[in-house]
Amino acid sequence: MFELLGIPPQALFGQLLLGLINGSFYALLSLGLAVIFGMLNVINFAHGALYMVGAFVAWFLMQYAGIGYWGALVIAPVAVGLLGIVIEKTMLSRLYKLDHLYGLLLTFGIALILEGSFKHEFGVSGQAYPVPTALAGGTNLGFMFLPFYRGWVVLLSVVVCVATWYAIERTRLGSYLRAATENPRLVQAFGINVPVMITLTYGVGVALAGLAGVMAAPIYSVNPLMGSNLIIVVFAVVVIGGMGSIFGAVVSGYLLGLTEGLTKVFFPEASNIVVFIIMVVVLLLRPAGLFGRER
Amino acid sequence: MAVKLSTTVSGTVTGSFSPGPRIVIGLLLIALLLALPFLAYPGFVMKALCFALFACAFNLVLGFVGLLSFGHAAFFGIAAYATGYAAKFWGFTPELAILFGALIGGLLGLIVGWVAIRRQGIYFAMITLAISQMVFFFCIQAGGITGGEDGLQGVPRGKVFGLIDIEDSLAGYYFVLAVFLLCFALIWRIVHSPFGAVLKAIRENEPRAISLGYRVDRFKLLAFTLSAALAGVAGGTKAIAVQLASLTDVQWQMSGEVILMTLLGGVGTLVGPAVGAGLVVSMENYLAESGLPVTTVIGFVFVVCVLAFRRGIVGEFNVWLGRRGSRAKS
Repeated sequence: MFELLGIPPQALFGQLLLGLINGSFYALLSLGLAVIFGMLNVINFAHGALYMVGAFVAWFLMQYAGIGYWGALVIAPVAVGLLGIVIEKTMLSRLYKLDHLYGLLLTFGIALILEGSFKHEFGVSGQAYPVPTALAGGTNLGFMFLPFYRGWVVLLSVVVCVATWYAIERTRLGSYLRAATENPRLVQAFGINVPVMITLTYGVGVALAGLAGVMAAPIYSVNPLMGSNLIIVVFAVVVIGGMGSIFGAVVSGYLLGLTEGLTKVFFPEASNIVVFIIMVVVLLLRPAGLFGRER
Repeated sequence: MAVKLSTTVSGTVTGSFSPGPRIVIGLLLIALLLALPFLAYPGFVMKALCFALFACAFNLVLGFVGLLSFGHAAFFGIAAYATGYAAKFWGFTPELAILFGALIGGLLGLIVGWVAIRRQGIYFAMITLAISQMVFFFCIQAGGITGGEDGLQGVPRGKVFGLIDIEDSLAGYYFVLAVFLLCFALIWRIVHSPFGAVLKAIRENEPRAISLGYRVDRFKLLAFTLSAALAGVAGGTKAIAVQLASLTDVQWQMSGEVILMTLLGGVGTLVGPAVGAGLVVSMENYLAESGLPVTTVIGFVFVVCVLAFRRGIVGEFNVWLGRRGSRAKS
């Protein structure tokens, strides 16, 4: 076998796969954040907590209702989306006329409530969630070993990201959405119910977080704190991609996941902070982010 | 877009009422602070005062420049480590150690501010958050200095100026109180100086401040650095008072907590953040004993504050006082 800069290819590709997996979650989460930010102008601090709730819903379903992974893949995002709709309707919608920073603070408070309650109920040790039997095992690609489930996660996240991008950029509903982002009052004057659209946008955005949570459950254990450190990396990803840019969020999600994987191989000490360093550099050179535009 | 966090609903929170009641209230508060160690456990009030100073320092940028920093824990925490290290390993006296901590906090603030003030509003919050997370990971990795997960334990309190022993918790309290009052006076001076007036002008209408010829970025950077240095004093004093500097001090949850303290007490008021800090610290103390989930309750208070109580306690009080004053005049 060949070697790259003294790194055995097994380790290199292993870390790249790990990076790609992380990147898939970054992409899914930052996609939801970007969708929400584009429409509501709110940075959803509760995104990480709702991702955690998604994983817990999957675990509840398995534990108490006997519903496995495939059922959870549908039910959990819907449940999290509904929770999001309740949050938007009862709390977030009262703050639109104020400074957008209040939205950030409110969702921060919600994140604390969710995390605190789950931590109180379930402790911090984490609950195991088995890989679905259909995707157990893996295959040897010759240069590395690929567990089927991880391949599935990458595949599914790409499909979901592309589908969301298509729905927003290429469909009629998406065009309403983009129009309402530009000028909500004008769109409302055309007879489109903008408040409902805002609510649904928030619901769909957090449902994406819930979906990511279910997908993460078999890989990482289901843990009340699983979202709290992830979310800050995802914030950085969104800033790098350009806030509100759907395409930017997805692409920079995957790219930064891979970069993190590579850093783990070549310079492991910096792997935790490489995303933040890139963010600072990007902000100094291109303040609007890689794919963003000034607004 | 100028961020008007303190003035969105309430108008000018630092209301215009006659100075009479303000002086009386100020004297009462100082008397209360002097008597406090006899009313409550001194170790606890000492910690509360450190957080009160932290919140006041934070309020300097949020309340008077309108910048929401989500990374102030970095300055607080790094200064706690610096002070603790200097006092423990270099044998610095407490006041020198705290000054050293403030210097480190201020330097870090200068660097973070230099990067962050290029953007405003939500972006500013995100950038400060991300950089403070970098500081957090740095503190985990630099275990040789910070003690990693264990933290820097057994920081000696030492003797102020090499003369006054503050090992005793009562003497320690009065030392912390002196630091607090000194810094509070400094903050008061900053806010009421021409420099402070420019800061408020930037908060209210940044384009206008620019058109008047002020170099807005320099003012913001200086205010941010000052705030970071004062947060550093708070962190350093905390390290001396509690004799511990740990990862909790640098964690981003701490940045959230200081926002809550400020919001609860009243953004843009002078004493508000201190009041808020006192409440939050007592609440945590009480909850930790009762076995209730602290984080959940803190989150709940946060939500209520944002939804229904945006002026904060002192803000509401000022409005009430102002209303009463104007009724008396007419």
